[in-house]
Amino acid sequence: MRRRWGLPSYYTFLAILLYVPIAILFLFAFNDGTALSFPIQGFTLEWYRSMFDNEQLLGAARSSVGVAMGTATVATALGTGAALAFLRFDFPGKQALAAAAMLPLLVPFLILGVSLLILFSALDIPRSLLTVGVGHTVIAIPYTLLVMGARLADFPASMEEAARDLGATYPYTLRRVLIPILAPAMISAWLLAFTVSIDEFVIASFMIGREPTLPVYIFGQLRFANRFPQVVALSTVVIVLSVGLLLLAERLRRIGSARVAARAEG
Amino acid sequence: MRAAADLRRGPARWALVLPLVIFLGVFFLVPVALMGVFSFRPSLRGGVANWDWDPVLDHYRTIAASESFLPLLGKSVLIALLVGVVATTLAYPVAYFLAFRAGRKAGLLLTILIIPFWVSYLLRIISWKVLLGPTGAINSFLAWLGLIDQPVTILLYSRTAVVITLVYVWLPFVALPIYATMLRIDRRLLEAASNLGAPPATAFRRVTLPLSLPGVAAAFLMVFIPTVGEYVAPLLVGGSQGALYGNIIEIFFGDGINWPLGSALAMVMAVGILALLFVLTRTRPVRRLLDDL
Repeated sequence: MRRRWGLPSYYTFLAILLYVPIAILFLFAFNDGTALSFPIQGFTLEWYRSMFDNEQLLGAARSSVGVAMGTATVATALGTGAALAFLRFDFPGKQALAAAAMLPLLVPFLILGVSLLILFSALDIPRSLLTVGVGHTVIAIPYTLLVMGARLADFPASMEEAARDLGATYPYTLRRVLIPILAPAMISAWLLAFTVSIDEFVIASFMIGREPTLPVYIFGQLRFANRFPQVVALSTVVIVLSVGLLLLAERLRRIGSARVAARAEG
Repeated sequence: MRAAADLRRGPARWALVLPLVIFLGVFFLVPVALMGVFSFRPSLRGGVANWDWDPVLDHYRTIAASESFLPLLGKSVLIALLVGVVATTLAYPVAYFLAFRAGRKAGLLLTILIIPFWVSYLLRIISWKVLLGPTGAINSFLAWLGLIDQPVTILLYSRTAVVITLVYVWLPFVALPIYATMLRIDRRLLEAASNLGAPPATAFRRVTLPLSLPGVAAAFLMVFIPTVGEYVAPLLVGGSQGALYGNIIEIFFGDGINWPLGSALAMVMAVGILALLFVLTRTRPVRRLLDDL
């Protein structure tokens, strides 16, 4: 019996453990009281309502979305291009370059943040949402590269080769053959990069100028005990949105695989 | 018909890869190198963009002479090791269950496990700020039920709380590389072991475990490296005594402006991590992992 039930119960136990802290956030987001402790005081939507009156918060949310969209677009473009180069072309130093592009994931974000702070200060470039976006693009690139590389590895080069044998130039092949096939994977990479950026706190806290992003704003609010319930309510909104986006990204990645498989057969 | 080899060359390859190379060069390699250069700078006198200074080793001497910096780095490394070991140990049976026992449901069960990891890192730490503490959710819940009179010590803001929080933060993620490695294990090896009379426990110890170690090593490193530089969890749940090495670096680049000393501290950490990686890549499981890639 132990053999059969041991592992599933352990899995269930751990899964519950992982969800409890998040569930508690949702519980207190509706709790009518500024202290985040038991017993629960009663139900309220006050914290959600007050969020929408908070101009600073809404501004920070808009900034975050803007930065994340910029980050996702640049990182997807760079990652798709490089993935094509790494998987479909030969050039000197390819292995070393592919490994180097993964390095941002192996460096603590604290180091990336302070080194970019030094760079922009030394160049006399004022910190702003743009510099936040640059920092986020550095850490989003490994993800887009991985997603696009995995997709290209699944899908044979024969179609691009056919197009080019028939006289298509590379830009034409890219536009008419590769991008249509890669589109779902590119959207999935874009959404992944978007969520990497919109959640990111460490690099953003060093790169931020006058306008905060949402995580930086949230962190700043933690100093005020009476605003904690609003922060918790806000967290639940962010959680629902980012989990929703990632589930969408995952769906598209699956559709992408199916489409590639269909084209490869057909 | 053009030879396939021709298609794999041509100018397109440079147009495709150069933007990425330039971007990462300018915004990743140059800044990290610049941080290295700044660690030899006497002070920020004359402004950050001022290049009129002679390199000195003062900051490294300060670090070596200080009674707090290196011990704190040691503590941070120990905590990172602890978080890495606990998280991989807790995740290992789950990965095993998903890879060998869960059957067709494995994909769904893996997604359930990974969703908490999609919740932002800051928010996952904040969730433990809510749970822990003298009047935190857990202590107040237990007191409300009448189970305790005094807050449970282990649940107060402290370094222990930092470890608990970080294990939570990384747990869903570490199962992934272990699971991926286990999926690649050739099932026929296990059949062979069983046909040759090995009891399941022996087959696990002699076949599954060694073959899954590369995934364990990868998972461990993915936790260990960011944790050495961690400073947010100590700020939020570390209490007054919970500061780690990352917090000093953050302070020198924040309010206590001393970028050169901060850079030197960051360099010491980066070199320490690289040295550890170097030693680890000489060990057998990691070697095998690298050969696989």
